[in-house]
Amino acid sequence: MWDLVLGDRRINSLRLVARMWNGTRGIHRLGGAVVPEGNQKKERTMLQFLTNHFYDVEALRGYLLQREMSKVHMKNRFRDKEWIRPDKYGHFSPEFWNFQEVPVEAVDASDCEINYEGLDNLRECVLLKELQSLLLQRCPHVDDWCLSRLYPLADSLQELSLAGCPRVSERGLACLHHLQNLRRLDISDLPAVSNPGLTQILVEEMLPNCKVVGVDWAEGLKLGPEEQPQDTASPVLA
Amino acid sequence: VAHTGRTVGRLGEGDWDGKVSEIKKKIKSILPGTSCDLLPDTSHLPPEHSDVVIVGGGVLGLSVAYWLKKLESRRGGIRVLVVERDHTYSQASTGLSVGGICQQFSLPENIQLSLFSASFLRNINEYLAVTNAPPLDLQFNPSGYLLLASEKDAAAMESNVKVQKQEGAKVCLMSPDQLRNKFPWINTEGVALASYGMENEGWFDPWCLLQGLRQKVESMGVFFCQGEVTRFVSSSQRMLTTDDEMVILKRIHEVHVKMDHSLEYQPVECAIVINAAGAWSAQIAALAGIGKGPPGTLQGTKLPVEPRKRDVYVWHCPQGPGLETPLVADTSGAYFRREGLGSNYLGGRSPTEEEEPDPTNLEVDHDFFQEKVWPHLALRVPAFETLKVQTAWAGYYDYNTFDQNGVVGPHPLVVNMYFATGFSGHGLQQAPGVGRAVAEMILQGSFQTIDLSSFLFNRFYLGEKTQENTTM
Repeated sequence: MWDLVLGDRRINSLRLVARMWNGTRGIHRLGGAVVPEGNQKKERTMLQFLTNHFYDVEALRGYLLQREMSKVHMKNRFRDKEWIRPDKYGHFSPEFWNFQEVPVEAVDASDCEINYEGLDNLRECVLLKELQSLLLQRCPHVDDWCLSRLYPLADSLQELSLAGCPRVSERGLACLHHLQNLRRLDISDLPAVSNPGLTQILVEEMLPNCKVVGVDWAEGLKLGPEEQPQDTASPVLA
Repeated sequence: VAHTGRTVGRLGEGDWDGKVSEIKKKIKSILPGTSCDLLPDTSHLPPEHSDVVIVGGGVLGLSVAYWLKKLESRRGGIRVLVVERDHTYSQASTGLSVGGICQQFSLPENIQLSLFSASFLRNINEYLAVTNAPPLDLQFNPSGYLLLASEKDAAAMESNVKVQKQEGAKVCLMSPDQLRNKFPWINTEGVALASYGMENEGWFDPWCLLQGLRQKVESMGVFFCQGEVTRFVSSSQRMLTTDDEMVILKRIHEVHVKMDHSLEYQPVECAIVINAAGAWSAQIAALAGIGKGPPGTLQGTKLPVEPRKRDVYVWHCPQGPGLETPLVADTSGAYFRREGLGSNYLGGRSPTEEEEPDPTNLEVDHDFFQEKVWPHLALRVPAFETLKVQTAWAGYYDYNTFDQNGVVGPHPLVVNMYFATGFSGHGLQQAPGVGRAVAEMILQGSFQTIDLSSFLFNRFYLGEKTQENTTM
């Protein structure tokens, strides 16, 4: 934490805190592109405002982002080697082909425009017989029909996230009962689900071994008359 | 330019009806006392000429209208009129349907039709998009169908599933053990084998499809008329077959459309008539002279489609099967599915020939549920021993008494009447495919995508049944 002197201004409340590293999702936060939580939102908008107005701030943020990214690549290695990337022509090195037999364990297709036909590739592919984790958060084209295509992954899939998908409703969630090995299911923030609390209960009954995350049972329920908060000013009848 | 479908003129201006009444008022004020017959109000009448007249505005009729307009090679090239006698659709099979779609048939044509319909429904907002209209929500439940087979039907089910898999349907066979594992609420007594549809099967809201089709078809320029077809005017021609036999071919030239509650009718000159009248198709066919001849001849072969009443019951069962429940079709012919999130279920059972109810009205037979449906349901799903019926309704099957499959394509003698009817309970799920097939037949002369030659009218005369052997 430090105070910045920008040009001739001294801003007291500005804190450029290096974000805590917490997995692949954090890398987006440094760029300021992901869903803000709680009071980080105010800091975010302040930061964004400054970035838009001062080249110094922009350059500094860019530098910090690059530093974080190289730290990630130091810590996370693919089988003790550097990540395999395409070169400047978009070609992969020949050793990539050695990894044809390596099974894919997790796919993060969040915010991706994958659709019904695309999911065919995802599940038909031989490599994906050991897929354990599938993240389809906020995918705009994933709907109930797409969920009915996930059953081939039943043997291996343990984690599925559908948070924020605008087209998924409780009717699509009914198809998930094929996924008996599922241990974690995220169904938060599904605007097309008509009754989130009841849906959560029904999905939990349908998948007894799975932890269903996302909705509070009491959501959508109103307090009954006997549960209304008592007015403490009025005398309590004995 | 969106057509309202009511006015014949194409001035492109909105309020033609309003302008007409204003003009009439002006004339009346200038010449009081004279009755103004210069511009009689004909907005309720159909146009005087139309290339195609579709009798029946249910899902089949609208599907044919849609595909005719979609496949016409020139925009506005073909004028289509849909005549529907009840715009509330109070007795139409479409709206009263349970709304299921499944591919578990034995005939490859039926499987293909159903697969195409599934992809049509999946992409419905691309097919039926109308400018400025909100997207359609079919409320599709992709939960699949579960068909149960007893010992004697097991072999047939196995070979059917093989055919279904070959055609591209995603169906799997399940043993009683696997059934109990997956659906613990089932009692597998008497079940030897089950087939379960994993994809492209389930149920949806038929009203939404109907309204969506109606809206799209109106925007494509199809004319609608509320009226009843009472007469066909046709001309005959004698021709010789290759065996030197005399054959009388008929062509329908005019369709008389009678208005509701009046004797007024409009003769519509037409080139092609499509019989999509559902449960009442036989009456329309009889008007065209189909079946009027010595029995055993082609002229004497009637259209074997008649209305059959089927009841659907909705009940509440708090401990019933959960969210994963497919549409279960039992060995006894009873079926049920979930309805909504609140432990409600709906279902029924097809009666045997002896139990067949009187089709003159759509009154629900509650005793039938008590005696013939509930015992089978309770046997198969013990949780259903306690249930409470909430509501019920009845609808018609356009039942083909010959082989319970649809009739598609032209009549051999009345050469310009095309059929799209007789689907005996699976018309809704095959409508998109059938509509396309009929449109292809009319516009291109033959079936292009799905070959429905085995559904032609000829089979009734030749005695060749195109029969399903599934338990549904």
